[in-house]
Amino acid sequence: MQYVKNSKISPDEWLHADTDGPLPAAGDLIVPLARWRAEKDQLLARKTRLGVRLASSESPEIIRDDLGRFDLIALEFPVFRDGRAYSYARLLREQYGFKGELRAVGNVLYDQFSFMHRCGFDAYEVQKDIDAQRFSRALSEFTVRYQPDPDGSPSAIELRHQPQRNAKIQRGRP
Amino acid sequence: MYRYDEFDHAFVQERVAQFRDQVTRRLNGELTEEEFRPLRLMNGLYLQLHAYMLRVAIPYGVLSSRQLHKLADIATKYDRGYAHFTTRQNLQYNWPRLEDMPDILDELASVEMHALQTSGNCIRNITADQYAGVAADEIEDPRICGEILRQWSSLHPEFSFLPRKFKIAITGSPRDRAAIKLHDIGIVMVRNPAGETGCEFWVGGGQGRTPVIAKCINAFVPRRDMLSYSEAILRVYNMHGRRDNIYKARIKILVNEIGIDEFRRQTDEQWALIRGGALDVPAEEIARITAYFAPPAYEKLAPNPAGFVQKRDSDPAFAAWLRSNVAAHKIPGYAIVNISLKPIGGIPGDATDVQMHVAADLAKRYSFDELRVTHEQNLTFADVRQSDLYDLWRQLGEHGLATPNIGLVSDIIACPGLDYCALANARSIPVAQRISERFADLKRQHDIGDLKIKISGCINACGHHHVGHIGILGVDKKGTEFYQITLGGSADENASIGEILGAAFSYDEVVDAVEKVVETYLKIRTGPDENFLAAVRRAGIAPFKDALYAVR
Repeated sequence: MQYVKNSKISPDEWLHADTDGPLPAAGDLIVPLARWRAEKDQLLARKTRLGVRLASSESPEIIRDDLGRFDLIALEFPVFRDGRAYSYARLLREQYGFKGELRAVGNVLYDQFSFMHRCGFDAYEVQKDIDAQRFSRALSEFTVRYQPDPDGSPSAIELRHQPQRNAKIQRGRP
Repeated sequence: MYRYDEFDHAFVQERVAQFRDQVTRRLNGELTEEEFRPLRLMNGLYLQLHAYMLRVAIPYGVLSSRQLHKLADIATKYDRGYAHFTTRQNLQYNWPRLEDMPDILDELASVEMHALQTSGNCIRNITADQYAGVAADEIEDPRICGEILRQWSSLHPEFSFLPRKFKIAITGSPRDRAAIKLHDIGIVMVRNPAGETGCEFWVGGGQGRTPVIAKCINAFVPRRDMLSYSEAILRVYNMHGRRDNIYKARIKILVNEIGIDEFRRQTDEQWALIRGGALDVPAEEIARITAYFAPPAYEKLAPNPAGFVQKRDSDPAFAAWLRSNVAAHKIPGYAIVNISLKPIGGIPGDATDVQMHVAADLAKRYSFDELRVTHEQNLTFADVRQSDLYDLWRQLGEHGLATPNIGLVSDIIACPGLDYCALANARSIPVAQRISERFADLKRQHDIGDLKIKISGCINACGHHHVGHIGILGVDKKGTEFYQITLGGSADENASIGEILGAAFSYDEVVDAVEKVVETYLKIRTGPDENFLAAVRRAGIAPFKDALYAVR
């Protein structure tokens, strides 16, 4: 498993807490939703950064009021075809204004990177090393997109009808 | 028709390069078949009983002659000299090799075509009325919104891994030829009291093992909001659609479980968050796309020219073809021509490479270089001068393309069934062929009148049996093929699901049973003006039941 942050393989400073058992004494910690609910006070008393991990059946709507408490939200992709977390990511970024790390965990493979990135993920626990090594390549497969992206990248419609913006982007290309 | 600009070209070429890389990674073992499967499906590549099958998208069913020539060439070069037009206005090749796939996609891209999202749990090819732009009662050409939706749905980052496949159909005319009420989203172009055109959205229709007629979710969505509204529906579905059971994963199940009012409430809630934002379709973009669908350069013609009338009145075979295959056009002196891909005893929807070249050449000569594919697996020339009809008919006839049976008993929809499909329980094609042969007498077909028979080889209902006036469903009973008959289904603006008649019939019995149903209709109808569906709706299925099961 490789950790990719901002398109680069990086050391992962975070620990995942198990569903039960004692919490590690130190270190930045990602806890499952159930532990957040059960051990809120204890978790907030730690002096470390805190993240929460949501299963694909757990909508971020349920932690909406607590979003300010988290530096990281990990969204699970239990299998390739379970695409709920794509919607969750967009809600978190575009509607709830979550600015922390949005991490894809679980079945995270090369051919999903660009979809995930475009929905607002910025960190990935990648299953295969070779996929992680080619991360940037996955993001560069398309220069044209038909949908507006949360990062402000223009869609084909915007490029067609905003020539100034188009020219700027053309100039910006190597 | 729509033409790609620099962005569309670049997009499709980049998609081909991406798929070429995926195929390479599969062939060198980097991807397992399990990992490759969803990737190939997103590009229309299935593994069937005997070989791979490639499904090519024909957006809203419109083809140029150049595109059809290319499809024919691909059939010659990479397949076995034929191809199959499907009920979703797509085209299928049944025998391509995996290694050839990137090259086939390159060839498609060279004529502005692709196989994007013709399979997989994503938004599929958008289908539309084959009479788009030429129906007299049309509010707005459905291809405009169709193209806007096609682009928006292509590699959508959020909606490429939905609970299940998602189908959208659009009609611009109140008379529904696109079966929009049997789609996940159906759109009817409408006009509001202020005279603006917009979209009436229907949601949650579908066939499969749980047939459901769609419900109206919003009677008027302005065109500029059509993408944000669609996105809101899809987001609710993506988050809440069932993923525990593939048979309950379509949006129709979610809509039924929570109810249309609650589904509408959730959609409106999501819509309120995104409406008026980046998804707004600018008026310039609507205008840009509308320009591509401007009417062709029609001549000012007198209706029913003398030469045409003389041929019609003197040649009964021509007159019969006019009656079943030719429809009224909104412009005087023009006609809409339907080309049957259902020759007597043939395979519904199949066309040879030669036939495709012929159709392409004739469309170029007689119909402004363009043709359409219908969801009933036929072709349409939308803009033919009445004065050309006779010559066109004769040339079509030379190539087996002038069977005068559109809308009649032998114009059968059939899925590929057990002859090709890995999911099928029973054969569909030979049943269609045998029914067609039983009713080979075209005079008899014309006497029977409008009658839609639809055959599926399994409960997935690709052959639309639920909405056939006569529906036939193949089932497997201890290793033997049996066929269940339903009556009274319809896919038009008065859509209905057929009612099961009774115990299923064996492969040998089913054609006799269908004939018995037809004979019963002829007996009970109030007159030739009461068509089959009207008679079933009036009399119910009891007289048919009596006729069929009394003799057993």
